Amino acid sequence: MNGDRILAVADKEVRYLLRDRRSLGVTLLLPVALLILYGYAINFDVREIPLAVYDPDRSAESRDLVQTVTRTGYFRLVRTLDSPRQAEDVLQRGEAKVVLVLPAGFAADLAAGRTASLQTVVDGADSLTATISLSYLEAMAQEWSLRRLAEAGGGERRAPPISPEVRVWYNEGLASTHFIIPGLVVLILMMVAALLTSQTIVREREQGTIEGLVVLPVTPRELIAGKLLPYVAIAAVDVALIGVAGKLLFGVPLRGSPALLSGLMLIYIIAALGTGLLISVLTRSQQLAYMIALIATLLPTMLLTGFVFPVASMPKVLQMVVQLHPSTHFMVIVRGLALKGAGIGVLWPRALALTVIAGALLAASAAKFKKTL
Amino acid sequence: MASKRKRAMIEARGLRMAFAGLTAVDGIDLEVAAGEIFGLVGPDGAGKTTMMRMLCGALTPTGGTARVAGFGVLTQAEEVKRRIGYVPQRLSLYSELTVDENVGFVARVHGVKGRLLEDRRERLLSFSRLGRFRKRLARDLSGGMRQKLALVCALVHEPQVLLLDEPTTGVDPVSRGEFWEILMDLVGRDITILLTTAYLEEAERCARVGLLHRGRLLAEGRPEEIRRELGLELLEVTCEPLAKGREAAAETPGVRWVEAFGDRLHAATRSASEVERPLRAALEAAGVRVTSLRRIQTGLEDAFFELVRRGREEPA
Amino acid sequence: MSESAVEVSGLTKRFGDFAAVEGVSFAVERGEVFGLLGPNGAGKSTTIRMLCGILAPTSGEGRVGGHDVGREPEAVRERIGYMSQRFSLYLDLTTEENLEFYGGIYGVARERLSERIGWALEMAGLEEQRHRLTGELPTGWRQRLALGCALLHEPEVVFLDEPTAGVDPISRRRFWEVIYGLAEAGVACLVTTHYMDEAERCDRVALMYGGRVIALDSPEGLKRQSVAAGLLEVACEEPGRAVALLQKTAGVKRARLYGAGVHVVVSEPATGARLVREALEAAGLRPSRVEAAEASLEDVFVALIQEAEAGGAR
Repeated sequence: MNGDRILAVADKEVRYLLRDRRSLGVTLLLPVALLILYGYAINFDVREIPLAVYDPDRSAESRDLVQTVTRTGYFRLVRTLDSPRQAEDVLQRGEAKVVLVLPAGFAADLAAGRTASLQTVVDGADSLTATISLSYLEAMAQEWSLRRLAEAGGGERRAPPISPEVRVWYNEGLASTHFIIPGLVVLILMMVAALLTSQTIVREREQGTIEGLVVLPVTPRELIAGKLLPYVAIAAVDVALIGVAGKLLFGVPLRGSPALLSGLMLIYIIAALGTGLLISVLTRSQQLAYMIALIATLLPTMLLTGFVFPVASMPKVLQMVVQLHPSTHFMVIVRGLALKGAGIGVLWPRALALTVIAGALLAASAAKFKKTL
Repeated sequence: MASKRKRAMIEARGLRMAFAGLTAVDGIDLEVAAGEIFGLVGPDGAGKTTMMRMLCGALTPTGGTARVAGFGVLTQAEEVKRRIGYVPQRLSLYSELTVDENVGFVARVHGVKGRLLEDRRERLLSFSRLGRFRKRLARDLSGGMRQKLALVCALVHEPQVLLLDEPTTGVDPVSRGEFWEILMDLVGRDITILLTTAYLEEAERCARVGLLHRGRLLAEGRPEEIRRELGLELLEVTCEPLAKGREAAAETPGVRWVEAFGDRLHAATRSASEVERPLRAALEAAGVRVTSLRRIQTGLEDAFFELVRRGREEPA
Repeated sequence: MSESAVEVSGLTKRFGDFAAVEGVSFAVERGEVFGLLGPNGAGKSTTIRMLCGILAPTSGEGRVGGHDVGREPEAVRERIGYMSQRFSLYLDLTTEENLEFYGGIYGVARERLSERIGWALEMAGLEEQRHRLTGELPTGWRQRLALGCALLHEPEVVFLDEPTAGVDPISRRRFWEVIYGLAEAGVACLVTTHYMDEAERCDRVALMYGGRVIALDSPEGLKRQSVAAGLLEVACEEPGRAVALLQKTAGVKRARLYGAGVHVVVSEPATGARLVREALEAAGLRPSRVEAAEASLEDVFVALIQEAEAGGAR
């Protein structure tokens, strides 16, 4: 491969990019914009869940229970119901997501040493919130019960049979941002990089310059390499911007080696750019290339590569198929490096897979580019 | 100027290109000697562009062979591409690059760089009168300037062979003239040029021409030879009204065909001396005012008409 | 006193600082074939677009078919036919289907449509190709089909933007026969072309340069008032070298390639021929003919353009 020719191709591409001000602006700012938008929007933590309460007892005990629940900030009391039948109404209208129904003789039951029942009605249509609400309430109820027992037992705190001690590693606050942001980075990089390069060769076809190009003594490999270089530089800028945004705005930690992350990110970017290049070589229209690039990157990365839904939960066949997508491997790498501080000793299989995929995509692009019309 | 038997820089033998349902080029034999300008003439759809693309190595023929600059187009296409300059019909210029940058890109891909690139670029651009527009974007150039830029790009690596596909179509006469002046100068430097054109008057300037029609060569050789071999004589008529004159002339016995050429008529015949008087009589009888009627030299456009007609008259 | 089919007065179009068309004025009568010539970028296409009601003028007035192009573009478009080289025929439709489509677009009444389609096919010589896919037709035939599509609604004025570029000599002539037929039927035809022989047969010709009209007359009129005196026709060897040489010879105003030979304009008709012959012989170019020539429209065109170039700074 001739370095001069590669540079000539790269130089031409750079000039084109610099003159296309609007696209360039979008290319550089879009990733950060997406990160900020979705970083703040996507949140699996739940707060201020609207709560309605039916408390016919209105005893000191019942009120104490309700306050315990609302004091945490996870729930916000929006309505006090006059009858249990209003529960359906309130849930249907969406005024509340959870209804707490206390029995009429709540305090009396407690005093008599009977188990008081507590009914929770949850809006299952929003199953995510429902599941979380239930577990929160259960925990709170449990906590309240134990406290009551302790107080009733005259200060003697009866130890429960098992006390599960839970420790969360790597994301102690279970802050969903720490989970989401790295995944979002993987997604955004993949999408933007593929979109960038998806146009580059198809544009030559649409402009008509392909006819002159195939008659020039530049080999397909040189062409691919030359086209790749400027976009690696752009993607690197995007990475830096995203990295800064992730750290400053969301406080995502970076526990592993920054050098290792940069190196692997470079390979990932090349794989993403290679995806776009391959699409560009195979399609005949810029619009089509754009759409295919979106579909090939956005949806699979979001749904199939472990962004939200674990790969291990998928059917075996699908699990094997997603190994072909570079995002699957990089997702593991990013989370491992950033949150767990993993090193190359652990990540090398993923890194290898990523490198092989990147190489294969570039080789395929070069192989598919024919120097005839 | 005696012409020595120079070696052939472009050779095609039985070149054929068949697409699904259409044979664009149907068995063409062609030879262009070093330092010659060869004009391939014919209407759109005759197969000119297909021929050019095959000779460039940009299209794989379905039959026949070709050698350009000493290398086989089928087997050594990349070698051929190194030694030729090609200007396709769509010009293949990068509209978002400047004049300088367009030339620079092609030059560097051909390995022309540094001082050599600077010198050549300056010389070529000033010679084609583009020197003032070096920093202008290709998309802001007029049609004639773009043609010249495309030519400069094709010349920057000093190729042995230049292939030009309709370089002057859609361009005004002034620019066309300037473009041809550049071409004629190149011929003086021993570059072999094969060009296609729809303007038969331009073909007259070529050392040899090939008249292409529906994928076949109707005739090939030096313009004088083609004209002579036709055995056709031409009468030029200036008259008023033209349309009526045309009808009257077409009906005159001995006149093979009549076509309008600008504000005149060309009447083709086997023997001008025999037809001249009957023609004048026929025109006057039809009430047409004849300003001039004289014998002129057969041109390539006349030859083209004659050959197409003969092609139609012969049984399929 | 009937109105002209096209009336243009001081028509101007500016894009920012750049004046693409500047103060253009002319008129085209019914049944006239009017040629609009000039180099690319001279403003021909912009002028036509304004007259078609596609582009709003910056200033000045244009009236087509009795309607103002700036204020009543829809009315204008109903009365005109427009055909350009880049005319959008649908290659996946057959000849007849394209005609049906455009007939519908132009609002040709249903009852008339099949009659008009029949006319268009006959005019274009495409009756046999009714059911053939347009993509399979040679370019020359497509041009005629495009022309047919533009004429279905019987417009009063037809604008043709380089309709015969790249088309073979035979088809070109057939095409122009159709145009003359239209003119005879009273349609005003405004045509742009780079083929000088086509321009010769226009009733009148306007030459545009740098957004302005620099000449406007019939072809004979232009030839008469121009550089006829001093024009020489030269036949010699190596015409390219001859041109380069003569351009530097004293007494020669202009020299350029013309057909297979050279056209030279000398300052002194009396002595010019001898000067030229001597210069050529001295260079070994063996002139076989050096004689006074009648100016063709191409000579006039080139002379005017080169004068304009020398004068202005475009």
